[in-house]
Amino acid sequence: MRGNLAKTFTLTDTQLFRRAALPKSYTDLLGHKLFLFLLTVQGLVAFALITLGVTLRKSGVAPNVIRPRIRQEIARAGVALLPMFLFVALALGFLVIGQTVSALARVGATSYLGSTMVIVVVRELGPLLAAMLVLARVGTAHVIELGTARALGEVEALEALGVDPVHYLIVPRVVGMAVGVFALTVYLIIGALGSGYLWAFLQDVPLTPGDYFKQIAEALGWLDFALLALKTLAFGFFIAIVTCYHGLAQPLRLEDVSRVAVRAVTQGVIVCVLVDALFILLYLFT
Amino acid sequence: MSDTQNTVAIEMRGVSVGAMRDISFRVVEAVDWSVATGEFWVIAGQQQSGKSDFLMMTAGLMMPVQGSYKLLGTETQRFGEAELADRLRVGFMFEDGLLFHQLTIRENVALPLQYHRDLSSAAAAQEVQTLLDLMELTPLADITPTNISDNWRQRAALARALILRPEMLLLDNPLGRLGGRHLQWWLRFLNRLGRGHEWCGGKPMTLVATTDDLRPWQGAHRKFALLRDRKFFPLGLWDDVASAGDPVVKELLAVPVDEVVK
Repeated sequence: MRGNLAKTFTLTDTQLFRRAALPKSYTDLLGHKLFLFLLTVQGLVAFALITLGVTLRKSGVAPNVIRPRIRQEIARAGVALLPMFLFVALALGFLVIGQTVSALARVGATSYLGSTMVIVVVRELGPLLAAMLVLARVGTAHVIELGTARALGEVEALEALGVDPVHYLIVPRVVGMAVGVFALTVYLIIGALGSGYLWAFLQDVPLTPGDYFKQIAEALGWLDFALLALKTLAFGFFIAIVTCYHGLAQPLRLEDVSRVAVRAVTQGVIVCVLVDALFILLYLFT
Repeated sequence: MSDTQNTVAIEMRGVSVGAMRDISFRVVEAVDWSVATGEFWVIAGQQQSGKSDFLMMTAGLMMPVQGSYKLLGTETQRFGEAELADRLRVGFMFEDGLLFHQLTIRENVALPLQYHRDLSSAAAAQEVQTLLDLMELTPLADITPTNISDNWRQRAALARALILRPEMLLLDNPLGRLGGRHLQWWLRFLNRLGRGHEWCGGKPMTLVATTDDLRPWQGAHRKFALLRDRKFFPLGLWDDVASAGDPVVKELLAVPVDEVVK
């Protein structure tokens, strides 16, 4: 337990480097930034591996404490965001259908609405939008909570009590966020597909509900379901890792917390885009 | 007390202590110190003299940079997850309490018990309530720490350190922020723990506390030591402290400045 966090500290202590004076030449500055980037990547990978290791190794430790915390995190990163997601689903259906109808009507291809919805909403926009919203609403809270706890010395207090901070603070957040992003994406997609038809109906598109949903069903393959599940779980996992890493894994002062929160959100967006790009490659090659 | 003092609780030989934030910086060097089970030690030192780092190392939260340190018979260099049960025989209280600000006082106290015995909050409730009653914390039990005064926060931190019924208790400057009434309560309670409190099965508890003010600790049964200039000096009993000519000791006893410098 003491080893876990100590390992993370030695592997991820980039704060000292960040606080160093900026170099004087442009090439040095480029090298400084590149080195910082590599240190961050190393830290994130190390933190992700440690978290995975603790999750597996301590799956049977204190389940009566950890399971309620996981439920709490699922409620926070999933259930609590449901009303906002219903609104976004309505808006997304309107946005995609509105644009698609005007574009497809010009070439007389409005009957492809269902397939378009699958490509745009199920494969791309749905998961990415869900991940971004969870990052904004819950990820930022993670960084601030953990960063404040770190700066106030509460992490040391946990260690003094023999409670593994990675097990108690990080594992529930990672599991909660992975499950939360997955579940919310499913709700967002269902909502957007439903609202898409509603908007198409209001625009007098000559398409029956049966045809619309048949198109959707035909456009969907088993790979879509498998990759959607993998992708959303990966989004949730990486958002949680990035936000928790910035909040917990580095020695922080209270004045660092706001700066670190901004950095974590930016890196969270970048990581999601990279994961998304990886899945586009998977779609292309399968 | 005589039968309990046969065993050694703390045994340091040539120990050097690194700073928590930078282990390469040595805050105390070459410590030779033995504490028998059931003894009550007060480690005095000015601010920034390394008391907190020394106490954290003593609790087994950090390893010594150099030397040999046996805590309750176990060499601390080997402390890892397998030796966690040994380390939990020692309770530790931080100077600022360091309660978890998102949890209520009750949840703060319950956390170590629930985590280490794998209990639900309902299963741990009775034991937690008994300790909260003992510490007179029940009226504040469902409030978060930021909403109570330093005096009560400190007491809640003591309750959290005691919930696992440790054999030894290490307290970092426990009286530093207390008002008069609370100070009296603490001294009485620590004395009861030292003599053997029913909460810990009536066995005399080994106590080590740090302080930057020696005056409240006056008492015949306590032993004293001083941290000064990165060195550890055992001072002996209160009479030895009171008669010590060391200017730092005089300062910690708040002797008038004229007498310290003459």
